[in-house]
Amino acid sequence: MTRPPLHHHLVVNTGKCLYNSALYRAYSSHPPSARLNVPIDYATTPILHHTSKSALSNPELSTEARNGTASRQNLFQAVNSALSHALSSDPSVLLFGEDVAFGGVFRCSMNLASEFGSDRVFNTPLSEQGIVGFAIGAAMEGAKAIAEVQFADYVYPAFDQLVNEAAKVRFRAGTNEGQTCGGLVVRMPTGGVGHGALTHTLSEDADTAVDYYASYHSQSPESLFTHIPGLRVILPRSPAQAKGLLLAAIACPDPCIFLEPKILYRAAVEQVPTEPYTLPISTAEVLKQGTDVTIVSYGAPLYTCSAAIEKAEKDFGCSVELIDLRTIYPWDRQAVMGSVNKTGRAIVVHESMVNAGVGAEVAATIQEGCFLKLEAPVQRVAGWTTHMGLIYERFNIPDVARVYDAIRVALNY
Amino acid sequence: MELGADKLYKGRKIRGFCHLSTGQEAVAVGIEHAISKEDRLITAYRSHGFTHMRGGTIRSIIGELLGRRDGIAHGKGGSMHMYSKSFYGGNGIVGANVPLGTGIAFAQQYGETGNVTINLYGDGAANQGQVHESFNMAKLWNLPVIFGCENNKYGMGTSADRASAMTEYYKRGHYIPGLRVDGMDVLAVFAEVKYGRDFVKKGNGPLVYEYVTYRYAGHSMSDPGIAYRSREELQKNRANDPLTNLKMRLVDWGIMTEDEAKAIEKEVKRIINEEVKQAEQMPAPEATLDILFEDIYVPGSEPAQRRGRTVDETRY
Repeated sequence: MTRPPLHHHLVVNTGKCLYNSALYRAYSSHPPSARLNVPIDYATTPILHHTSKSALSNPELSTEARNGTASRQNLFQAVNSALSHALSSDPSVLLFGEDVAFGGVFRCSMNLASEFGSDRVFNTPLSEQGIVGFAIGAAMEGAKAIAEVQFADYVYPAFDQLVNEAAKVRFRAGTNEGQTCGGLVVRMPTGGVGHGALTHTLSEDADTAVDYYASYHSQSPESLFTHIPGLRVILPRSPAQAKGLLLAAIACPDPCIFLEPKILYRAAVEQVPTEPYTLPISTAEVLKQGTDVTIVSYGAPLYTCSAAIEKAEKDFGCSVELIDLRTIYPWDRQAVMGSVNKTGRAIVVHESMVNAGVGAEVAATIQEGCFLKLEAPVQRVAGWTTHMGLIYERFNIPDVARVYDAIRVALNY
Repeated sequence: MELGADKLYKGRKIRGFCHLSTGQEAVAVGIEHAISKEDRLITAYRSHGFTHMRGGTIRSIIGELLGRRDGIAHGKGGSMHMYSKSFYGGNGIVGANVPLGTGIAFAQQYGETGNVTINLYGDGAANQGQVHESFNMAKLWNLPVIFGCENNKYGMGTSADRASAMTEYYKRGHYIPGLRVDGMDVLAVFAEVKYGRDFVKKGNGPLVYEYVTYRYAGHSMSDPGIAYRSREELQKNRANDPLTNLKMRLVDWGIMTEDEAKAIEKEVKRIINEEVKQAEQMPAPEATLDILFEDIYVPGSEPAQRRGRTVDETRY
């Protein structure tokens, strides 16, 4: 499948392999002798569906989807499919945000404006607070308003609207003619871009190597939204998950925040069912069964965890269970506690800062519900307590070695 | 300098975001010459030119873009986060710097320093609520600030008239006197900012300027800048280049000859190439957690894993 010409990268491929240069090795890619911190190979990771058979055998899919076909898509294409399905099936669906009409800076809304019209898919001026407030108002009148905030880092001016308006509409006025802004979905790209200079191995696309973003484009604010009652916070890990969860979020009668890991937009490619389908919200998924340690995570770090688990199981002869929360809030406590009651050891991994992150809540819940079964303290492998410096992203975000180390500590406690 | 950065970005030596201000040079240069070294200046992310004007050397700026230790922000900030004395950057979030600048102006007033604050934003940012909040506070408290909208006609890829209900940005201040300046003419910028500075220093309150300018490059290095504007428009504006205009005037007025002007250009190119070379040779920061943690963690309290090396080197 040929890629459409990318809007982003004008970089001329000089044909030289720049990654041999010593300067790159020093600070932007993995150390030459690394055994653990090698770039994630998205083409072989067990977390993605590499065959249509495996994609279509997901028991959470509807029968139509399972009996349909699957096609190879990356994250932005899967999001695009979901948006297209939503717009075509329901005339009350609207999509708007900065630069959404031409396709969006990450191409999630490609061709939607031309196909569904500029009265439904349109650009807004540069005003996040205005955009989200406007979306809340439209949702209160019954529209399924999908507001896009261009980067999660830009959501902060809209924070007041989300906390004081969106989260509270039903609480304060729900009995008045059933007022609610449940049709609201706020989508935003979140997170950093991982470690290493190359994060996928498609060799024909030398110019899609990932750039570093700085402190204003790599933040992960998901935990801030979990501290407000009234919003659902969803973070998919893969294209197929994103399509189902986004369609579910749009259909959900509660206001939802949908965070898309930007590193995965082009890097994560898998077989995605062609038919529309929804996946259950507020339900975690066990990606891999295990008996000795439970790792709980969500979004991009799952790939890191998977790589660490592979090495750890080989080196320590243990069996690790991997859980994807999928919905950060309200989250599936039963699934996590059930798993930790079985294994007795837990590690939570996330990109955002360790203090008061999602890991803190999960750890507190685990110790509350599984105390007597715990064999080791619940560890959190997360970002350090500092901002994302320009080229220091790889040091801040949990890498394979840190997760591997945490597994070792848990086993040997 | 911007063209040097452009080349380095295309050679993949600069990574991340990089917003060039080619075409908008007159604004930075004109303003700098009209204000004093103690006057404060704050702008948004298209700030390499301002950083240089406010004291950053070319090599420290290019070094910062390259992520080097000797870069102006030790390689941790990158394109959008460069600061120097009396220059407050360099801000990634659009419009967020405007209330900051207003606060800085308040501090000048409170401390009776007499300094004027130049507070810049773009045509896209002009639609941010916080900009209007700042206008109100500045006028209410008579703050010594010159707001400036650098109207380069496009907010990233959206033309100003498709994002703003009114594109006369100098009038957006409503109850604040406003002035529209030809941002491609460095002498006009210089004269008008000088006038504005005197006006503000006398205690007449804030001003809202609009610098009508144009950027030749795209919004950032990932934007070729031609998807949303025509080549004719680009070429027409290139013909109105601030550097060429100034050169033509100096030659016409007999201040220098054509050859002297060419010699200056050559010298500038040579200096830039030299500085870029120096910057490229600057050492990269060490790949250790020490640098990540410096200035942030109280020494001795850094996370336990670091022993001056990364985990994969010490154990595995």
